[in-house]
Amino acid sequence: MASIELVQVTKVFDKTAVIDRLDLTIEDGSFTVLVGPSGCGKTTLLRMIAGLDLQTSGSVRIGGKDVSNLAPGQRGVAMVFQNYALYPTMSVRENIEFGLKNNKVKRSERIELVESISETVGLKDYLDRKPSTLSGGQRQRVALARAMVKKPAVFLMDEPLSNLDAKLRGQMRIELIELHKKLGVTFVYVTHDQVEAMSMADRIVLMNGGVIQQEAAPEVIYRQPGNQFTAQFMGVPPMNVYELGANGIKFGFRPEAALLSQSQTQSQSPETNLNTNTPQWSVRGTVATREMLGSETIYQIKSGDRSYMVKSADDQYAFDQEVQLRVDASRIFLFAADGSRLLESEPDYAGYMDRLRGQRHG
Amino acid sequence: MANRTTWDRIRPYVMIAPAMAGILTFVIYPMGYLIYLSFYKYNLMNRAKSKYVEFDNYKQIFTRGDFYKALGNTLVYTVGVVALTMILALLTALWLKRNTRLNAIIQGGIFIPHIVSIVSVSLVWLWMMEPSHGMLNALLRSLGIPPSHWLQSSRTALVSVIIVAVWQAIGYYALIISAALRNVSPSIYEAAALDNASRAKVFFRITLPLISPQLFFILVIMTIGSFKVFDIVQIMTGGGPNDATTTLVYYIYSYRTTNIGYAAASGVTLMAIIGLLTFVYFRLLSRKVHYQ
Ligand SMILES: Nc1ncnc2c1ncn2[C@@H]1O[C@H](COP(=O)(O)OP(=O)(O)OP(=O)(O)O)[C@@H](O)[C@H]1O
Ligand SMILES: [Mg+2]
Repeated sequence: MASIELVQVTKVFDKTAVIDRLDLTIEDGSFTVLVGPSGCGKTTLLRMIAGLDLQTSGSVRIGGKDVSNLAPGQRGVAMVFQNYALYPTMSVRENIEFGLKNNKVKRSERIELVESISETVGLKDYLDRKPSTLSGGQRQRVALARAMVKKPAVFLMDEPLSNLDAKLRGQMRIELIELHKKLGVTFVYVTHDQVEAMSMADRIVLMNGGVIQQEAAPEVIYRQPGNQFTAQFMGVPPMNVYELGANGIKFGFRPEAALLSQSQTQSQSPETNLNTNTPQWSVRGTVATREMLGSETIYQIKSGDRSYMVKSADDQYAFDQEVQLRVDASRIFLFAADGSRLLESEPDYAGYMDRLRGQRHG
Repeated sequence: MANRTTWDRIRPYVMIAPAMAGILTFVIYPMGYLIYLSFYKYNLMNRAKSKYVEFDNYKQIFTRGDFYKALGNTLVYTVGVVALTMILALLTALWLKRNTRLNAIIQGGIFIPHIVSIVSVSLVWLWMMEPSHGMLNALLRSLGIPPSHWLQSSRTALVSVIIVAVWQAIGYYALIISAALRNVSPSIYEAAALDNASRAKVFFRITLPLISPQLFFILVIMTIGSFKVFDIVQIMTGGGPNDATTTLVYYIYSYRTTNIGYAAASGVTLMAIIGLLTFVYFRLLSRKVHYQ
């Protein structure tokens, strides 16, 4: 078992710094998910931990030991590749065994390990097959078995589920969570799918443009986003964010935070809402689109030149219907002009909230 | 109605008829005629005087020393050319794997011998291998190595011919192997690096099996080609000195006017040897070749 520390790591490709002086500590035994939009440097970061790409500067430490210049095979890490990267000319057994042989593990021990691992991942009947005769899910398992059998201190995975169909992906997700519980070693998992990140991680590292945006548990990332990017990246549909109209301040709320009701003809003051005494922000609009997803419905509400996404359990509103949209003030986020979050504790917060409540749309 | 069914039945044969006509005239018929001739003492001046001699020509082949000499030369030539070309082409391809500007130029350079006519190649080497004024001996002398007689000694002539053949073939086969190497996904090598595989392990357990189909193809093609070598020998040595470079095809060629029946029998024997060799390759090696 081992923690991973990246200290002032920089990676330069063709004179452009993809990652610039990044610091990150991944705790021992955690299931850390690196998530971010395409091209943000997740794979680059993972490959530097594995030693497949060397960092331009900075250092990588695994289990407290500096491995910056150590070959990948000496770092005690195992990696599952997106395309599995199985050895096509070897049987499943040889694939799993290859690393053990290179590490001079005794034959009897090897056989035992291969048997028990293949049992765990359900490959026992396929040991003598070639990878080309296996299905995508089975290949995925071989890749996992090949990584597991070396008993690595660190498991690295680069979008290992992206080639599987939705159902199998869901199943493998659960299996990976269970596997992590069982092995108790450090997992670093790369994905650009935020649903995968939310469901598997006990710690999410959200990146954008080679910079870590926020690093926290999934609930914290979701409920207390540190900045506008985090707020809009996590959650489907993304958070509604619009200009407040003062000092570049923006306000935002999650689609599920909005409450819809039949629009009253007479304009009513938001603060003095009838059935609740919590302060609210409200707006009137019309239903522009409606997506019925089963347990919930996603509406797009148009109001003036703005449109708000709303997720609601209520599917009674029809296309083109006039509705009233309300959001509790406690569920509204404020962001400064530079995208950073404006916290309640800040002196200007109350003033901006008042200003927001004073606004009327529609 | 009956007409239509007949047409349906013969249509496939009509369709392949043009191609079959070509094959029949240019492959099957000459082969049959060759076998036919091999049973005759053929008289070029007067066909009527040709005589059916059963297996006499074949009996002669297998009792004559010069046939065995030619067969031996051909075997040495084939083994030498195939082994050297494959090893050197593989090493060249591995060396060219890194994609640098210099490598692109080198790759173009080593391919040039392949597009130059073998006649020119042979003549240039003939000139370079000239013992007293040739460039090679000048080079050897300047390095303090005793010069060689190259093509003019029966001890070195066959080796000299092999050198020329290998030199001409490397570029082409290096290109094929190089393409095969580039087809291997880099992530497989990365997986091997994470599996702590040594360089030798990576080469013998991963690279070699992955390019084995191409290597097998080269092995078969080159063996057949080398067994039929003629042009280099004809231009550079004319089979000499003292039959040291007489190969099977050259041997057959030397009987083209004097004893057609005997030449035909030798041709049939050559065909049988090549067929047998290819069969043996497939039996022995095809299980070691990994097709994906
Ligand atoms: N070998 C390379 N040479 C040059 N640029 C590279 C190389 N590898 C990656 N990059 C660049 O580095 C940036 C980060 O790439 P990286 O592969 O880490 O993205 P990613 O976050 O994994 O994206 P994705 O989710 O699409 O896999 C990209 O802009 C990419 O173009
Ligand atoms: Mg990636």
